[in-house]
Amino acid sequence: MTWRSPLALVRDYLQGQRAREKDLRNLVSNLPYEGLEKRKQPNRYFLSNAIKTTKYTLLFFIPMNLFEQFHRLANLYFVGLAILNFVPAVNAFQPDVALIPICVILSLTALKDAWEDFRRYQSDRKLNNTPCFIYSRKEKQFVQRRWKDVRVGDFVKVVYNEIIPADLLLLHTSDPSGVCLIETANLDGETNLKQRTVVSGLCNTSPEFEPESFNSIVVCEKPNNNLNHFKCYVEKPDKEKVGAGIESLLLRGCTVRNTDHAVGFVVYAGHETKSMLNNNGPRYKRSKLERKLNTDVIFCVILLFTMCLIGALGHFLWLQALPSVPPYLVPDSNGHLDSPSLSAFYMFFTMIILLQILIPISLYVSIELVKIGQIFFITNDADLYDDDTEVRMQCRALNITEDLGQIEYIFSDKTGTLTENKMVFRRCSIVGTEYPHKENAIRLALLAEVDLEEEVIFNQHPQPPQTSWSLDAEDTNSQDSHRRGSRCKSKVAASAQSDVAFSSPLETEVIPDRKLLQQISRAESSSRRKTDPYLDFFLALAICNTVVVSMATAQRRRVSVSPHAWQTNNALDTLSNVVKNAGCIFTSCWRKPKRNRTVSEGSALEDDSFQPPLKMTGTVNTNGIQTYSLHTPSQGDKPAATLDNLRYEAESPDEAALVYAAKAYGFTLLARTPDSVTVRLPSGEDLVFEVLDTLTFDSNRKRMSVLVRHPITKEYVLYTKGADSAIMELLGTPYAEHLMTRNIAADTQHHLDCYAKEGLRTLCITKKVVSDNVYESWLVDRQRALAAIDNREELIMDTAVQLEKNLSLLGATGIEDRLQENVPDTIMALREAGIQVWVLTGDKPETAVNIGYACRLLEKDDLVINMSCKNKLACTSILDCTLEEVRRYSQDPRNVDTTPDISLVIDGCTLTMAMSPDLQERFVDLAKRCRSVLCCRVTPLQKSRVVKVIREKLKVMTLAVGDGANDVNMIQAADVGIGISGQEGMQAVMASDFAISRFKHLKKLLLVHGHWCYTRLANMIIYFLYKNVAYVNLLFWYQFFCGFSATAMVDYWLMIFFNLFFTSVPPIMFGIMDRDVSAEMLLGVPELYRTGQGAGQYKFSTFWVSILDAFYQSLVCFFIPYLVYMDSDIGIFTFGTPLNTVSLFTILVHLSIEIKTWTVVHWVVMFGSVALYFIVTLAYSAICVTCNPPSNPYWILQNQMADPMFYLICIISTVVALLPRYMFHVLKNSIAPSPLVQARHLDRLDSSTKEQWIKEWRSFRGGGQVKRSRLSTPPSPTLENSVDINPETPTAAENMEDDFTLNVTSQRPVHT
Amino acid sequence: MVKDEKESANRPDNTAFTQQRLPAWQPMLSAGIIIPGFVLIGLAFIGIGVVLFISSRSIQVLEMDYTGVEQKSACFKCSDPTVKDCICSLEFSIDSLFKGPVFMYYGLSNYFQNYRRYGVSKDYNQLYGDLTYFKTPSDTCAPYVYDKNKPIVPCGSIANSMFNDTFRLYQSVGTNGTKKQVPFDGKGIAWWTDYNIKYRNPSVVPLMDAFNGTTKPIFWSKTAYELDPTDPNNNGFINEDFLVWMRRAALPDFRKLYRRITAGDYAEGLPAGNYSLEISYNYPVLSFGGRKKVVFSNVSWMGGRNEFLGIAYLVIGALCVFMSIVMLIVYAKFKFPDDE
Repeated sequence: MTWRSPLALVRDYLQGQRAREKDLRNLVSNLPYEGLEKRKQPNRYFLSNAIKTTKYTLLFFIPMNLFEQFHRLANLYFVGLAILNFVPAVNAFQPDVALIPICVILSLTALKDAWEDFRRYQSDRKLNNTPCFIYSRKEKQFVQRRWKDVRVGDFVKVVYNEIIPADLLLLHTSDPSGVCLIETANLDGETNLKQRTVVSGLCNTSPEFEPESFNSIVVCEKPNNNLNHFKCYVEKPDKEKVGAGIESLLLRGCTVRNTDHAVGFVVYAGHETKSMLNNNGPRYKRSKLERKLNTDVIFCVILLFTMCLIGALGHFLWLQALPSVPPYLVPDSNGHLDSPSLSAFYMFFTMIILLQILIPISLYVSIELVKIGQIFFITNDADLYDDDTEVRMQCRALNITEDLGQIEYIFSDKTGTLTENKMVFRRCSIVGTEYPHKENAIRLALLAEVDLEEEVIFNQHPQPPQTSWSLDAEDTNSQDSHRRGSRCKSKVAASAQSDVAFSSPLETEVIPDRKLLQQISRAESSSRRKTDPYLDFFLALAICNTVVVSMATAQRRRVSVSPHAWQTNNALDTLSNVVKNAGCIFTSCWRKPKRNRTVSEGSALEDDSFQPPLKMTGTVNTNGIQTYSLHTPSQGDKPAATLDNLRYEAESPDEAALVYAAKAYGFTLLARTPDSVTVRLPSGEDLVFEVLDTLTFDSNRKRMSVLVRHPITKEYVLYTKGADSAIMELLGTPYAEHLMTRNIAADTQHHLDCYAKEGLRTLCITKKVVSDNVYESWLVDRQRALAAIDNREELIMDTAVQLEKNLSLLGATGIEDRLQENVPDTIMALREAGIQVWVLTGDKPETAVNIGYACRLLEKDDLVINMSCKNKLACTSILDCTLEEVRRYSQDPRNVDTTPDISLVIDGCTLTMAMSPDLQERFVDLAKRCRSVLCCRVTPLQKSRVVKVIREKLKVMTLAVGDGANDVNMIQAADVGIGISGQEGMQAVMASDFAISRFKHLKKLLLVHGHWCYTRLANMIIYFLYKNVAYVNLLFWYQFFCGFSATAMVDYWLMIFFNLFFTSVPPIMFGIMDRDVSAEMLLGVPELYRTGQGAGQYKFSTFWVSILDAFYQSLVCFFIPYLVYMDSDIGIFTFGTPLNTVSLFTILVHLSIEIKTWTVVHWVVMFGSVALYFIVTLAYSAICVTCNPPSNPYWILQNQMADPMFYLICIISTVVALLPRYMFHVLKNSIAPSPLVQARHLDRLDSSTKEQWIKEWRSFRGGGQVKRSRLSTPPSPTLENSVDINPETPTAAENMEDDFTLNVTSQRPVHT
Repeated sequence: MVKDEKESANRPDNTAFTQQRLPAWQPMLSAGIIIPGFVLIGLAFIGIGVVLFISSRSIQVLEMDYTGVEQKSACFKCSDPTVKDCICSLEFSIDSLFKGPVFMYYGLSNYFQNYRRYGVSKDYNQLYGDLTYFKTPSDTCAPYVYDKNKPIVPCGSIANSMFNDTFRLYQSVGTNGTKKQVPFDGKGIAWWTDYNIKYRNPSVVPLMDAFNGTTKPIFWSKTAYELDPTDPNNNGFINEDFLVWMRRAALPDFRKLYRRITAGDYAEGLPAGNYSLEISYNYPVLSFGGRKKVVFSNVSWMGGRNEFLGIAYLVIGALCVFMSIVMLIVYAKFKFPDDE
């Protein structure tokens, strides 16, 4: 390397800085510069791909770590004291001795940091040395290098199943259509494949890519952390610009799937890659308890200053009172004595040093340790482990565990949180005609029913007699046993079909509606088949999406495939009977409609013209459909074999559900490339649609469109699907060829409303034929928008809006999102625990209300207030009226049990008005009185706003739980954010403090772990403060007998040991392991959770009571030995030893009174501490003859232990010190036992009587409770059956049929 | 539940510890359970209290103040700080045998040996016999480190302020006023560890040579190596009076063992009769308003006389019994539902 002037280096550095900060980066290929020295490299300013996540370097570890540590106020306090001790006028101890505590704490923390950093270093090294292929000009091929060698401007080849080393602009793939599929699970947890395409028009289509021929300039934006957004264009040598976006970017950390190899140009490397920019460490939040603790620490500071002032003042008065200079008053080295006021001034600081442990610095370290322990237990809880996904509970925020025990408001998302987010196609409406898909409903019900069977077989659980089998009971049960159910479903599937789809058959199979099948076949055979709305509808379902088709045979290894998920597909021994039965019912339903009073009879009566063909195979689902579709069996069977291997991977589960639905009707999506979609029609004909453009979904438009060219008519057709609110406004002419008298839009809207009331998710499907010249002109705009680098999104969206108008409505679909298991039960428990549950959803009010009933958020006899108004005036008046009414209802708002429960349903735009500053108060007041609140059609921003308003106005602890990106705001706004790792990626989890996999885990997490963590930590903190005060006060009392001269009557080392070793472990163990009430009790009696809410155990008064108790105890511990040794020849340390010992006993026995549950660990720790005290002190006083001048405890404890008086003093002082506290506990437990004490009493009973008691307890409290216990046989409606709440629903009759059908079919498995 | 226990790396261990199901003892603090315990503790305490009280009562103590602030006091003339080498005599009589062995203490009040800077003011290494610290005593001794540029041995304030009153006890024998000296035993009044381990004379023979080039503490009239002319093993740093003084008292009103009376006719104790205590009065206490006294006491297993502990045990024992009665009432009134 040649020498360069420092100036040049600086200039170079600044240039690099500028190059990195520029908004646009110009990148060129490195190849022409290969082998040149570094400063000739064009891309030298950009970071290399080597990553370094370590905080420290080996050389600078100590200074950097110290610097880091001194950011903490507590450490500064320590150092300040140590420095103070070096000032001769004020020192209390030997200066070097005073450094011990700070050194111990700093070195412990440094050790921890060093270890963590070393682990980071190791993982960095592993990543940096991962092999990859980089093109080398010298060798004219891709050569193997390591990740850290990758630089911006390199060409990197990635192969099948390889992890991408840097952010690559995709230039070439092995796929002829230029597609590369990647899995982003490492990045966001989404396991579906994402399609990336090469930058179009860049490289010649020759089979091998020639990196050396790449001579364009890549202009891209500054690195950012948005995973779904990337702006860039490639400027070719002829100045032509080609735009590229995120669809051409391979992100670091993703895995290449289903593509042999791909070549990309490195745009960002190392720390500038999107995955690294997204990689934030754990979040730091301050818990409520800690905030409260901090105010108490301030009181400790005040206390300390008061005591020091008293000391200083005492010293002053004491000096003043001396008639002349006594022999014990030591002048300074010049023989000069300070004036009383000056020595009093010095004494103040000396006192601070002496009494420093009053400020519980070690408390902060202990709290951290305790939280680590608590998190260990939470994450290790087997009940919070999800078998299906094999995911444990994750604690991402390490320091707010105790907040889980204080939650008062829960804000929950609906989709994916309360529901599975596994979409099932349920109904559809085509050009104004409703197709209820009853058979499909039966299938779903049957699946649910098999769960029941399994439960009976496996659980031996007493099931309620099922003589009066109703849909209600069944559905709740199915939710209870959903997990088992989902496994069981796969077994059912295995018997029916042999494919190994990842999605459960619940989602993938749809049994077609017979009437609709007929319609299709009629349409197919008719002459106008190319423009039939039925065909178009299903074509739209198949085409209008971004679903990726992959073959099940070309299996990719999934990151987390549960072993039993595979196993269940093969091993069917135990369940084969059940499955056969289920299959039997199916076949019998189809085969012998006349003999069984099943639904098929009913439907057969309806469409009597239709007779199912007699040829039935054992397989029911897809093959069966093929038989229906009026083709020769030989034609139908052959494609079915391959069709079964198709697997659809969709970004949103709705899309997959629709594609599967289309497949069920014979419209099978066979392949999708960026330019074309292949669909197999029921006739077996494969149509290849040329895809001209895809207008992707965004939350503003709430719709997506696909523009295709019809292969037969050669028309440009735009298929759009989207939310009804977004579509209905854009409707133009009704479906051209279908001019009927009735109004399709109105009918469809009506159906949509019905779907929503059933809790289904609705989508509208439209079609539009675009004329050639409209398309041409639009294409110009579109291309301009795509190439733009500024405002690109807006322009693209504008073009989309431009095209999506005058749509003709084809129909609508209703997709069901099933409730997760145990959701109603969890919500009930949370409710009983005094937590208000709010649901914030983007769905329609009807859907939300329905889900609300299903998950017990709303009860049948609730008073439901529905707020929905158009303008603010109306909103104000409604708010006022309701508030008035509600006030009248509940004179005592806390008494929820005696007044009717009020629930509020409010929609998004009303919510905005209600949250405006002038109405906010009233809204909050109203919401406070409501038992539950449902907010519908809210945006992510509104969600967080609601959380913020409630949190700030009511000063309550809030928890937000959600699973999707739209919940991130809310999760971050709440005190505790919980992410559900579900179907919708990991954004919510990334933003959350805790991540769970099922909603039901919330119950144990809050009621058990939250309660435990809170009580443990609260009690631990109170104890810790007490402990410090009690110990320090001994020293303080002694000042009254030593002329306030800051003498310690205990050796300083022993004092340090006392805090550091003898009494530090028990409280930590107490904070980690104490268990006031058992988990079963806490789950059985959720009300116990209320003890932690609001102020909880850690109140202001608790703090002062314990401080006063500490004062009392220290008085006893000091004055009993004092009175005994008064007027004797006792020496200083001889006097201090019993004090120290008594104090140890008092402190430990005090803790024993507080410990509620003694396990082996407790015994070991407690006795270990006592033993440690004696062993260490004895050893220290035996060894140390002159080691620690001036204090010297040589042989003192030995001497004392030979004296019976020592023991007598220890016994009586401990007893007297703890008698009041003990009596207080005893009397309180006997006279007015708190619920927790009662629960503990019950805990001691054996389990059967315990259950009895829990039941009695729950029914014991008030009418409201009775009402609730009655609810355990749920009267609430379910998703399948909305008749109960909405009797006016037009689908009532059909639903009744469903109900009836189920009665019949459900009996069969029970009896056979 | 028949959940298949498939091995899965991520599944939490199902152990009693991780699932927080360790077998546990859950004590319940309620009236019914603790009554017997309280009665037992109360009775035990009362027993201990009685024993303590009786043994404390059996200890005889004779205290005599000789500060001499009062005019009629025998040592009044000596209390004037200007008077040097003053000797005063304290007359007292004992009615009945003062059982031996009798311990004689001197007591100081309002004397803060526990004053922090005072306590620091000594040099352990010097006192351990390390000759290097004879030449250059530690700074902790300041300002009593050097006197006229000679290092002070033993240095420091504690040594400097050593108590230097001496006592002789005479019993009046017969009627003619002849006095018989009561022999004092000055052996073993200091801690064994102090005498044998903690304090060491330099191993220089004769001891005097070790002190070459040093000077005695300012207040001392004799050098350290000639503190006890009668016993060569009681000189230097292992002089027992010095050791007793160096063990600082914890409280401002303290007594320190001066001598024991164990020998000759007085091994059984001090017989009834008249005694006179001849005090060579040297130590000034008026500068801090202190008092000086001598104390004769005999000791039992519990040390000197102290009635407090016995009374405390009695009171607390009684309180416990009383509490258990209260508990009984409480228990009867608020019976727990599950105790029925």
